[in-house]
Amino acid sequence: MEISSDRENGALLLKTEGRVDGSTAALFQDGIKSSITTDDDKVILDLENLDYISSAGLRIILLIAKDLKQQNSQFAICSLSDSVMEIFTMSGFNQIIKIHDSPAAALAAMS
Amino acid sequence: MTMLDTDANRETAPDKTTYKILVVDDEPDLEPLMLQRMRRSIRSGRYTFVFANNGVQALERLNEEDDIDMVLSDINMPQMDGLTLLEQIPKVDPNIRSVIISAYGDMKNIRTAMNRGAFDFVTKPVDFEDLKLTIDRTLRHLTEWREALASRDQLVTLQNELDVANKMQISILPTHFPETDGYQVFASMEPARNVGGDFYDIISLENERVGLAIADVSDKGVPAALFMMSSRTWLKGSAIGLDNPGEVLKEVNNLLHEENEQTMFVTLFYAIYDPGSGDLTYANGGHNPPLLVKQDGSSELLSPVTGIALGVAPDMDFGQNNISLAPGESVIFYTDGVTEAMNSDQEEFGLERLQEVFAAQPPHDSREATQAIFEAVHAFAGDHPQSDDITCLVLRRH
Repeated sequence: MEISSDRENGALLLKTEGRVDGSTAALFQDGIKSSITTDDDKVILDLENLDYISSAGLRIILLIAKDLKQQNSQFAICSLSDSVMEIFTMSGFNQIIKIHDSPAAALAAMS
Repeated sequence: MTMLDTDANRETAPDKTTYKILVVDDEPDLEPLMLQRMRRSIRSGRYTFVFANNGVQALERLNEEDDIDMVLSDINMPQMDGLTLLEQIPKVDPNIRSVIISAYGDMKNIRTAMNRGAFDFVTKPVDFEDLKLTIDRTLRHLTEWREALASRDQLVTLQNELDVANKMQISILPTHFPETDGYQVFASMEPARNVGGDFYDIISLENERVGLAIADVSDKGVPAALFMMSSRTWLKGSAIGLDNPGEVLKEVNNLLHEENEQTMFVTLFYAIYDPGSGDLTYANGGHNPPLLVKQDGSSELLSPVTGIALGVAPDMDFGQNNISLAPGESVIFYTDGVTEAMNSDQEEFGLERLQEVFAAQPPHDSREATQAIFEAVHAFAGDHPQSDDITCLVLRRH
């Protein structure tokens, strides 16, 4: 489980890979939280290389979304593999978290 | 230079304010010499020294003063020698570290001392620079050892907390399963060691109907167990008050969301079975859809309905659907602990293997069907450790 971050076109792009489950959720949370500053008003989480996410991981994404909402920042996730997309669809999280096909599409959808 | 700097830094490292060192030697010259050569460390408050002339006196001091961190002892002394003293020290306090002072080249005694638990040794005539380095290294080791002990204690506390959570989890599971001429329900959960928040419930409703729920809380530990208790309590209340699974989940979701400081959630599938008609009406809060197994062993997932894990967002809507069970058909409710059970090749058990369990032999008894699922998962996972609770509930219409 690794997280890289990059700032492009006024947005913070975070990429993660590997598995996020009960044993790596805390690491995932710390990695994302430490990458985001209060100046980031657009945050995109690229999940292209994420192999698996458990409910503990979904909870972290939810916490990040909540924090960003509180600081009036926009948040979206993108590039989900079919299996990860299925997890978001089954849990219903696709109803409350914006999901896009690519980082560019996510950025374009942000005002 | 670099080394000296490093040692100087270590000397001022605030790991513990003062260490108390017991020096045991029958030579009267050592005490003033020690105090003189170590005066800087003594003045800085890093060390204090206390002295004894032989092993017997040393033990007396160790018994009187419980704050001695380290013993520095000669070997040859009257009454009780240093090697005998080494054997006695752990009986007073196993966390005291000992360093012995031996004659140069006396390998036999040095080996004996090390075998009796001495941490290190210095040789006579004492080189005080070397002695200081040895003392510092011993005390650093002692500090790390104490930190490790503290972490271990924390781990034990955490384990106790998880034990409490596990007990809470098991305490809410129903132990009575309905069984009539018309239908049978059985359920079982195998808790994972550390993670997990699965539960199921069977709720008696009006007109012989029965509410069936299977759920998975997103986190572990006591807060998650409390969230599980709330989920189960709200569900019971709503299920008895409302006739519609979709409305039940909507109400439980709002109740859970109101008090959800820690952003937890629970995936929950809820269905009402009417034994009179064989109708099963269901709604889904973000959970794995159950499997309908027909008389011939073929199976399919129940049609999806809209819904989201409970506790996440307020005022969400939950769709509902209805199927009619024919005699001999079963519905297998399960958690992702079943389908995501792993083997040592990092493969998941998966839905297809679950379907295969009943392909040749469709369930004719809910209890046996539940056991068959557990057996298949165990056979697949082998020695690979279980990482999540494994739970299933089987409803069969006779």
